[in-house]
Formats: sequence, C-alpha cells, structure tokens
Amino acid sequence: MAEAALATERPATAASAAPLLTVRGLEAWYGESHVLHGIDLDVRSGEVVTLLGRNGAGKTTTLKSIMGMLPKRKGSVVFEGKELMHLPARHIAKAGIAICPEERGVFASLSVQENLMLPPKVRDGGLSVPQIFELFPNLKERLSSQGTKLSGGEQQMLAIGRILRTGANLLLLDEPTEGLAPVIVQQIGHTIARLKKEGFTIVLVEQNFHFASSVADRHYIVEQGRTVDMIENSELDANMDKLHAYLGV
Amino acid sequence: MIDLLGIPPQALFGQLLLGLINGAFYAILSLGLAIIFGLLNIINFAHGAQYMLGALVSWMLLNYLGINYWWALLLVPIIVGFTGVVLERVLISRLYHLDHLYGLLLTFGLALIIQGFARNYYGISGLPYTIPSQLAGGQNLGFMFLPNYRGWVVVASLAVCITTWFVIEKTKLGAYLRAATENPSLVGAFGINVPRMITLTYGFGVALAAFAGVLAAPIYSVNPNMGADLIIVVFAVVVIGGMGSILGSILTGFGLGLVEGLTRVFYPEGSAVVIFVIMALVLLVKPAGLFGRTA
Repeated sequence: MAEAALATERPATAASAAPLLTVRGLEAWYGESHVLHGIDLDVRSGEVVTLLGRNGAGKTTTLKSIMGMLPKRKGSVVFEGKELMHLPARHIAKAGIAICPEERGVFASLSVQENLMLPPKVRDGGLSVPQIFELFPNLKERLSSQGTKLSGGEQQMLAIGRILRTGANLLLLDEPTEGLAPVIVQQIGHTIARLKKEGFTIVLVEQNFHFASSVADRHYIVEQGRTVDMIENSELDANMDKLHAYLGV
Repeated sequence: MIDLLGIPPQALFGQLLLGLINGAFYAILSLGLAIIFGLLNIINFAHGAQYMLGALVSWMLLNYLGINYWWALLLVPIIVGFTGVVLERVLISRLYHLDHLYGLLLTFGLALIIQGFARNYYGISGLPYTIPSQLAGGQNLGFMFLPNYRGWVVVASLAVCITTWFVIEKTKLGAYLRAATENPSLVGAFGINVPRMITLTYGFGVALAAFAGVLAAPIYSVNPNMGADLIIVVFAVVVIGGMGSILGSILTGFGLGLVEGLTRVFYPEGSAVVIFVIMALVLLVKPAGLFGRTA
C-alpha cells in the first residue's frame, strides 16, 4: 500500500479534547422489540473508538441508530454541536456522518464505478477518486465489474472507499474485517490507521478484538443494549481479565 | 407475390404489424409497471385505468379546450403523472410497511373508481379521437400497406422505451434508482432523498401509462374499459419478462406482441391465450421470468 500522505483539505490532527459525537441514553426498537436500552458514548475528533460486545449486544443497532436508519429511537445524538435525533438518515449523512454497513451494502445492479460514485458529496474534504485508488489499488482494475462479483476483501474496500469520497468526517464502520483473509484484515487495519492519521474520526464495531486493539484509542463495551464500560487502549493490558469476562473469550 | 408458408405476405405482414403495435403498448405499459414494482414493491393494478385516463384526458383536452394531439402527447403524461404523485403521497405511501396484497387491493380499488367515474360521465360506447392530419394516410411498401399513424406508434414507443432504459441503466439518476430498489435504507443513509424518488418514480410510471393512452386514443376508441381489457395481458408480459426488469419488460412486450400476431396468422383460435400459455411455461421453467434476477 502506498504510504504517501493523502492530500486532503482535512487537517491531520491528533484526537482533540472536545467531543465530536456525544450519544446519551440512546434507545432503539425493531418493530415492537426494544433492542437498545441506553447507549452513552463520547467520540472526540480524530479518535478511533470501538464498540465491543458479544453477538446481539446491540453494536450494529447503535451504529444504525446514530445514522438514523431505525424508525423508532429516543435519547440524544449530538454531532458537531447539532442534535440529530429527529433528523432522517439523509440529513444525518449531509451533516457529515457516513456508514459502511456490516453486510457491506455493495449494490449488485451497479458496476464498481457506479457503486463508488453513488454517495453524493456532502461537504468538502473528501478523498478524490485517485486518492481512493491509491488506498485500494484493486478497485481501479475492476471498475467495470458488477459490484457483487468482487471478492469479499474488494467489496469491503469498495464499501469503505465510496464513503471516503463524500467528505464525511465521522465514519461508522461495522465489522469491516468480518470473513476476510488475514492479509486483507491487515490491509484494512493499515487503511484505518492511515485514515486516523488524516484526521478522520472512526467508530468501529468489531468482533476481532486483536484487530480492534491494534487500531483503536478507546473501547466501549456494549452488553444487552447498554454501554457498560469504557477502556482506554493504553490500559488494555491491566483490564484484560475484565474484558475477557465481558466478551466471554 | 409468393406466399410464405401458404399465407399471403399482405396478411402475414399485416398481422405482424398489428402484433408490433400491440407489443408497443405492452412494452410501454409493462415498463411503467416494472419501474413501479422495482422501487415501490407495489403491484399497480390502477395502471390500466391510468392508461385509459391518458386517452380520456387527451380527448377532453381536444374537445373542451381545443388542445391538439401533439400538445396532448406532452401535457397528458404531465397531468396524469401528477395525479399519480398525489395518489402516492396521499394513499400508497401509507402501505409500504404492509404486505404486497394491500397495495394490490388499494390500486385495484382505485382502478374501479377511476373506471366507474369515466363510465358514469362518458358512457361505454367509446369516444372517437381523430388521427392528426400529419399522420393520416399510409405507405404502400409493396409487401404490405403501412398506415402512417401505426408506424408512428411503433417509433414513438420504441423511442420512449429506449430513452427510459438509457436513463435507468446509464445515468447517475438511474444508478440511484437501481440502488434504492435493492436497499432503500442504505441509499437514504448516503444522503439521497429516497421518499421523493419513490414519489417521482410512481408519477413517472403513471406518466408512461398516460403516454400510451394518448398514443392509443386515435387507434382504439376512448373507452372506460380499454385499460381493464389490456392490463391482464400486460401483467402476463411483466411476469414473463421478470418482475422489475426494465430491459425484460421492453423486449418481452414487443416480442410477445409479435408472437401474438404470428399466432393470429397460423392458429387464430390460440391468439387470445398464447401469451398466457407462454406465461405458464416460463413460470414452470424460470419462475423469476426470462430477464428476472433470482433473490
């Protein structure tokens, strides 16, 4: 992977103290099922924060709720000082948040190029297409292929690459390493580290704890639809027993 | 002139032309249905009534306001398409979270209401609409006589179908539409206004039906039942092509029109059922339709 700096208009900063995203008492429902019971998060600008937890704990639902993709939710989601709770997903996207869903969401009826160019730009500061190709050279070779004909790793690169174009500065990545070969996981890890260096803020849902610990600044533990703990990455070793208990590993 | 398979060429090509014209209407109407089903997941049973409304509104524009055929071709799809936009906003949008059956029942009810009003105010005997003077007469091609207006219907339908296909398959707007057909929630999360796209898509599908209605007015008399008679065949065309398939609707529409025309030449008794026989065979062999994608 090329290591030259990606020339974006985004200031490449270390994590700042002011929270970019504040989530308080977030609850959400799928139909009649009450799934989230109280999620509290603070994500500072330039940070990579992970949501860790067992299957079904509510991590994916948390991302979807922040993005406004669930019809029934309550609580507070404040991004750059603006309350997003009553906005539909399309307005949340325009505020500068982008999601890469767990199932990748690559459209079968669209070519790779169409998939890549699909999300509209919401603000300045996104990566240009050549910069995305610099991050993910494989995509350039496959532009005219049908989106779902790509390998799992390439589909993941496409799903991440297309949201980097939009100018969104908060990226919600849902299990980007799921089902991928170790070499691709490593490449995704390099990409996340690179994006962090470029000033992107990332909330990452991850089952692969070792991967999470290699890229994140902090970890929130989600259990039964609630955030129950927060562990700094630097204090991980001291909290390993607690973490194993939470994750059941 | 030499007979082909014992059939005089005038009869053969005459029936093929008739089949092509029927196919043109099948193609435009099934295209509208396919677009609506693809994005809204609504089986629009009001489509035949909206086609009839296109013919009726063009008759009303001519007889009440003196607006001629060419203006009607432009104005009627806009007027009837706008009624579609209102219907979608006021009624159909309330059904998206329910089973397909509710959409089918609602649009079937709407079709009965629209046809009922037309029957009540304009009767069932049919209203004449004169062929525009520029398209009167015909051309003797040697092997057949081609009425100018019928030739125009085929050309206009092809132009509209190809343009629609191009917009959906080759443009950014079409990419939004195809993506929203697959995963509307994610497309919305990219910042695209999916509800507005759904409304405009329904309006466009209805406008296509109305356009077909204007084309049909000078060929068939404007009759409240003209859509109801046609829509059953059009649904069969959509099923054969593959529900939601744009290219499938166009090719199957024209193709089945020709098959129907040929059947009328070689086995006239079977012409009314040939499309339904093909539908049954396609459902047995390829349930997703000839051009449909399996889930």
